Amino acid sequence: MLKPLLLSLALLATPQLAAPLWAVQPDEVLSDPVLEARARELGKVLRCPVCQGENIDESNATISRDLRLVVRERLVAGDADWQVLDYITARYGEYVLFEPEARGVNLILYLTGPVALLLALGGATVFLRRRRKGDAAAPKLDDAEARRVAEILQE
Amino acid sequence: MLNELGHFALILAFAVALVQSSVPLIGAQKGWAGWMAVGEPAASAQFLLIAFSFGALTWAFVTSDFSLQLVFSNSHTDKPMLYKISGVWGNHEGSMLLWVLILAAFGASAAWFGSALPPRLRARVLSVQAMIGAAFLGFIIFTSNPFLRLVSPPFNGQDLNPLLQDPGLAFHPPFLYLGYVGLSMAFSFAVAALIEGRVDAAWARWVRPWTLAAWMFLTIGIALGSWWAYYELGWGGFWFWDPVENASFMPWLLAAALLHSSIVVEKREALKSWTVLLAILAFGFSLIGTFIVRSGVITSVHSFASDPQRGLFILAILAIFVGGALTLYAARAGAMQAKGVFGMVSRESALVLNNILLAVAALVVFVGTVWPLVAELFWARKLSVGAPFFEKAFTPFMLALAIALPIGAVMPWKRASFARALRPLWAAAVLALAVVALTWAVGTNRSTVALVGAGLGSWLVFGALAELWLRAAHRPMRLARLPRADWGKAFAHGGLGITFIGIGLLTAWQSEDIRVAQIGQPFTVSGYEITLDAVDQVPGPNFRSSTATMTVRQGGKLVATLYPEKRVYPVQGMPTTEAAIDNGIWRDVYLVVGDPQTGGGWAVRTYIKPFANWIWAGAILMALGGLLSLTDRRYRVAAGARKALPLQAAPAE
Repeated sequence: MLKPLLLSLALLATPQLAAPLWAVQPDEVLSDPVLEARARELGKVLRCPVCQGENIDESNATISRDLRLVVRERLVAGDADWQVLDYITARYGEYVLFEPEARGVNLILYLTGPVALLLALGGATVFLRRRRKGDAAAPKLDDAEARRVAEILQE
Repeated sequence: MLNELGHFALILAFAVALVQSSVPLIGAQKGWAGWMAVGEPAASAQFLLIAFSFGALTWAFVTSDFSLQLVFSNSHTDKPMLYKISGVWGNHEGSMLLWVLILAAFGASAAWFGSALPPRLRARVLSVQAMIGAAFLGFIIFTSNPFLRLVSPPFNGQDLNPLLQDPGLAFHPPFLYLGYVGLSMAFSFAVAALIEGRVDAAWARWVRPWTLAAWMFLTIGIALGSWWAYYELGWGGFWFWDPVENASFMPWLLAAALLHSSIVVEKREALKSWTVLLAILAFGFSLIGTFIVRSGVITSVHSFASDPQRGLFILAILAIFVGGALTLYAARAGAMQAKGVFGMVSRESALVLNNILLAVAALVVFVGTVWPLVAELFWARKLSVGAPFFEKAFTPFMLALAIALPIGAVMPWKRASFARALRPLWAAAVLALAVVALTWAVGTNRSTVALVGAGLGSWLVFGALAELWLRAAHRPMRLARLPRADWGKAFAHGGLGITFIGIGLLTAWQSEDIRVAQIGQPFTVSGYEITLDAVDQVPGPNFRSSTATMTVRQGGKLVATLYPEKRVYPVQGMPTTEAAIDNGIWRDVYLVVGDPQTGGGWAVRTYIKPFANWIWAGAILMALGGLLSLTDRRYRVAAGARKALPLQAAPAE
């Protein structure tokens, strides 16, 4: 059912290739503001597959327009947000997700910050504690020094 | 002829840099005053030679000398003069030349203004600075020669990328390079100190101004880039978490950390080895940034010169300098004995927390930036890490920083108590809560982003004011007599607060409208009535423009007449949008005109962006804070004071 739709969209888009398409176009906007708002949120986490680091909402590429339309198509069909993302990643790969799934090796990416923070805080605490103890222990005066200090204080 | 002289001067500068990187270093090791003294004239000569070379290249651009490959590829006779000049650094080769020019300028100023430095330290600093210079001069001469000639000069050039033909972007790279390269001074001082095996308060007092200057320039450079993206790219985003933006942001974060830790070294002679490590890392991240931009290993909108061979060369420079410095660090860091003692709750500990938060935040940005590369190398997975990840992973660190900052800033050195530190701040806390309540009442949507951004932002601003009031001992007359460093601190911290407020409220409250506008038919967006009055074809100097005339009214009263444009640059065959913005303190009205529609009318996008300008106003305040601190009395008189007692032995304590 979707194939003919995409095809017709591709055909529709072809004559416009000469003029660039500027991000989200007026004719793409859904009439239901709630669905449109969800589409815009999804558009922000999907990467344009052919551009350099733009999301599909910002991108001017034809394929981004197609993806925006697919997102809206799925939303109108009643998909939940995650179903839309699954649908698109199944076809374009995880490359199009700007926020990689927090599973498997990607956990390294997600846990670096919290783990580094805990290590740093722990390390700093231990360092400060040990230094205080060391300082408390180090400047012990021997008897001669103590006597000299007492002399100076009396002068 | 002039081009060949420029090329020749560059080669001479390379030779001078090689001499400067070895002779003073050996002299300092052996104690030969004559050899050490070579550093100063060599630094001046290196700077003058590179300046001449840069001047020659600029002249070629100004006179549109298309016999140069570089001018041909990046210029055009119709281009306005400003962009002919900014075109010098709007490309890989020219921007590298600017990079080494700034590097040499920093080295030369260390030679000129560093006469009060201990001669050994100065000789070593100049040598290390020249090593960096020699490495990059070699890079330019062997892989990126800007003076390559064309056999048959073409009649006209290929023009500069139209996106780069913009006043904001003309000055964005020079400021960024001043920042990146400024950190090389901190690096050179750190390496010199490691060779010497000595870090003390005087060392920190020498490093801090350079770091402050570098941080200030980085702040301005990043803000200019963000502002440019806001008005030029046509949808009003101000930060995209693009790899190249991250490349400039990581050194900024580390430079901010370094600024704070060097205060501890200067005032309390503690955290020495950590400060030296930060100085190495901050410049290391500048080099990583250079690598990311120039090698093209990570795809980005910015990477304008992707070339594996150049990438490899920079990777080698990176490995040698950072690897070498870290090895030296591992060998010598133990020799640096801390003196100052401090308690768990104290200004020192607060600054340690500041350093942890900034450094871990920089680590998060780094891991996110290189993760796609790592995943592809080791697991053959092609994935992306973008804004949604960074917004979630990075923001908590900044929130924690903002909560702790005003409290840490008023804590006394050595030993403090929370209760006593909070006392002068209760008024600030109450005012910040009042702002939260106001945000709650005024906001159209109950967004937590708005509440948190406005609340923490105003906590920072009021906290900075409360601290000034405290330092002036609650007497208005004393405010004027506070040291400039105190004012600088208040400006920088308050500026951060203003930026927080801007980001929070803009993100939460902006509204957008996309539609086909018919000429003469008004439409309403967030209470503004907007009319597309006309669209005219207007020729520009090197482009054609479709200029729309649009009026913005509120309650029937004219607010602004705006002229958004769509331009086509025929030489590059590239269209750009020029958004028209009515700037205001409380909101920007941002209009973009798109294509004519088949059924009549034009595609028009309207954004109402509340508090947008606060983001950059905050950045300006931060940079101003840096400038105020930089002109503090202790830096201005320190040189003279040290000259007065040239033979100061170890402090008799």
